[in-house]
Formats: sequence, C-alpha cells, structure tokens
Amino acid sequence: MNGGITAVLKQLWHKLGSPRWFYEITHGWVRFFGIAALALLIAGFVWGIAFAPADYQQGNSFRIMYVHVPAAMVAQSLYLGMGVAGFVGLVWRMKLADVAIAATLPLGMALTALALFSGSVWGRPTWGSWWEWDGRTVSTMVLLFLYVGIYALREAIADTNLRARAAALVSLVGTVNIPVIKYSVDWWNTLHQPASFSLTEKPAMPAEMWLPLLVMALGFYCFAAHNVLSRMRLEILRRENKTRWVNDLFAPSVK
Amino acid sequence: MNGMLQRELVATLRTRGSVLNPLGFLLLSILLFALADPTTQNEQRNYLSSIFLVLILLTNLLSLDAMFRRDFDSGALEQMLISAHMPFVAILTRIFVHWLGSGFLLTLFVPILALLLGLEPQTFFAIMLVLLIGTPALSLLGSIGAALTVGFSRGGAILALLILPLFLPVLILGNASIDAAISEQSYMAPLLWLAAFSSASLTLAPWATWAALKISVEMQ
Repeated sequence: MNGGITAVLKQLWHKLGSPRWFYEITHGWVRFFGIAALALLIAGFVWGIAFAPADYQQGNSFRIMYVHVPAAMVAQSLYLGMGVAGFVGLVWRMKLADVAIAATLPLGMALTALALFSGSVWGRPTWGSWWEWDGRTVSTMVLLFLYVGIYALREAIADTNLRARAAALVSLVGTVNIPVIKYSVDWWNTLHQPASFSLTEKPAMPAEMWLPLLVMALGFYCFAAHNVLSRMRLEILRRENKTRWVNDLFAPSVK
Repeated sequence: MNGMLQRELVATLRTRGSVLNPLGFLLLSILLFALADPTTQNEQRNYLSSIFLVLILLTNLLSLDAMFRRDFDSGALEQMLISAHMPFVAILTRIFVHWLGSGFLLTLFVPILALLLGLEPQTFFAIMLVLLIGTPALSLLGSIGAALTVGFSRGGAILALLILPLFLPVLILGNASIDAAISEQSYMAPLLWLAAFSSASLTLAPWATWAALKISVEMQ
C-alpha cells in the first residue's frame, strides 16, 4: 500500500519534469478554476457587500475586509509557492519551476499592491490615517519589494537558464520574510489586528460576517490558480514553440 | 587559509578608497541629516541616533559591490569555485574582510561619531554593541546580493532592491536596543535576538552566496 503511493508520487514527480504533460493535464483545470472563481467571487462579493451586517463600530467600512484579507492571504501564499518552486528549481533543475515563478510574479505583485491599497483605504476612516508604519504594513511592503526585486533581476539577465537559477535563489532566500509577515501582528504590539482567520480557532466575528469572507478567500484562491495556470501554459507554449508537439497543436491539419 | 586572508587584507588596504569612501559617505550623510533636522537641540539626539542605523545600512550597501568585483574581473573567482573544498573558506574570508573594512571599522568610529551627535555614554556603548553584533549579518546577507550582481555592469540599483529588505531585521532589532538604551532600560532581549539573526545568517548565507557566485561565473 505504502509502496504503491510512493511509486505513484514518484511517477507524478517525474512527469512534472515534462512541460508537455503539464500543458495537457492542466487544460481542464484552468476552466474549472476560472468558473469556480467567477461563481465564488460574485457570490462572496454580493453577500459581503449587500447582505452581511454592518460592524457596530466600523459601520460599513469594514466591508473592505472582503477584498483586503483574501488579497493579502493569496499574495503571501503565492510568494510561498514561489519559494517552493525556487527550491525545486535549484535542487532538481526542473524547467517547470521557473515557468511557475515567471507566472506567479505579476499576480503576486498585483495582489500585494491591492492588499496595501485596500488596507490604506480602510485605514483612513478606521485608524485615521492613510498609512501607518506598523509591523504588518511594513512587512507587506517588503513583500512587494521582494516581488519587484525578483522581477527586476529577471529583467536584467538575458540567459534563460541563468535567469531561472538566479530568480529561484532569490525567491528561496526571500521566503524568510513570510513568517515575519505572518507573526508580525503577534510579535509587535502594533495597530494591525491579529489574523481574521485561523485553522484552529473560531473566528471572533459572527458567521454572517465571516462566511462571505471565506467564500471570497476561496474565490481569490481559485482566481489565483486560474491566472497562474493560464500564464504557465502560455509560457510553456512560448518556450517550447520550436518543438513538434506545440506545432502539431496549432496546425493539426499540416502533418 | 592564512595566506588567503593575508592576500585579501593586503588587496583591500591597497585600494584605500573602497574602505575610506563609504566612511566619508557616512560622515557626510550624518552632516546632511544634522543640517536638515527640524527638531530642537534635545530632540535632535534621539532623531539622529535612530537615523544612525539607517545610514549604517546604506554605507554597508555602498561597499558591498566591491566584495567579489576584483576577483570576478581577474578570473580568480572561477578558480576559487573550481577548487572543491575551498569555496566556503574563500567566501567566508571575503565576507570577513569586508566586515573588517565596513562593520568593524564603523564600530570603532562610533565614539567619535557619538561626540558629533552628542550621545550619552550608555547610548553609544549600546550602539557599539549593536554594530558589533549586527553588522556581521549585513556583510553575510549582503554577500548574497553582491555575488548575484557581480556579473552586471550596472548592478547597483538591483543590489539595493534585493538586499535592503533582508537588512530590515537588523534595523528593527538594532533600533529597539538603542531606544531601550536611550531610555535607560535593559536592551539585552533585542540584542540577543540580533545575535541569533547574525548566527543564522552565518550558517545559511554562505550557501546562497556560493550558489549565486556559480550563477555569476557562468554569466561571464
């Protein structure tokens, strides 16, 4: 039994080394995640904006949370994914790892910026200022700079192989920032409140408030999966455009 | 290994600019901040002591580029990486010599700078401790960026973009220690955290630097 599972995983691992296999298997996933994201985001958005009760202190401004929290969560998760891809890329020199990093960068950057922006808009009525230098805002800003740094580094290196290794290395080194962001609200006595969600404890909000948030978070994750997978597929096509299978894909009649 | 250390030290001393220019930069920028300072005489001391660490980070960043540059240009770097058991020794030697010329030297200058800034003895003693414990982390983490950008003709801005985020813990913990010292409280806790951060960099950073150097050498 155990040997069977390891064998299957091992096979999967080897298959991941093939961009073509990845391209073919993710065909359906992209559509699935796209539809799921659309449905969840619309449902969560309408529910959160129109039906969730207003906060007794913050009034309606708390609804920014429905964009802010999922964006921040996914931005961090994407970076973590990039770190893992960096590790895989450095150790096993897997081609897909760099494709994954390249595909994650733009969305990660955008979502980090969105988290900072939405937090700032929420901070104006709640904290009384557009920007506070508190632990979590700073470390999220650092996250943005890590994304920008890797992006700039990739732009600066022309050779694809070396670019892949350099980006993988920096992604891996930068993951040390993730625990800092995660625990910054616990370590420092700062303005930003502790996490709205955790796996082990019940949320401090009533269900009518956190259920839409959960739906939104799932929607954001599905959207991220859809976006990253589409970008990866496109990048694979671009890189493999000299190969037979890509040419067959677009000119099936010419054989 | 002694020979390697000696060679590095001699080479660094012969290019005096690489050590003295950053020091001049530090002095000048302190002067600029003191001039532009909006606060009154008493507040100024706090203001400058918290800016001091930022300036140290920037000064360190300035001298980083030189860490592997000479060996890269002469081709010695390639030889260094080919020799199977030497890379770590060679990398650590360069980091150590860089630290001697940046962090350690700045630590020695703190008493003089403290006179300029009008700091109390217990404050500048704390700053010295913070620099002594914190600057090795700067040289170690900085070596990753220096190694990665040594192949670029204009790597300066990218180096800053990549490395400054990693310097943040030193700034946060260092300033926590200095603030505690100014208000005459115990600053052991943040200082020990800083020591932990430096030790962690010592164990992890050379690996990343090694990997980065291999990339840079291939880029040539």
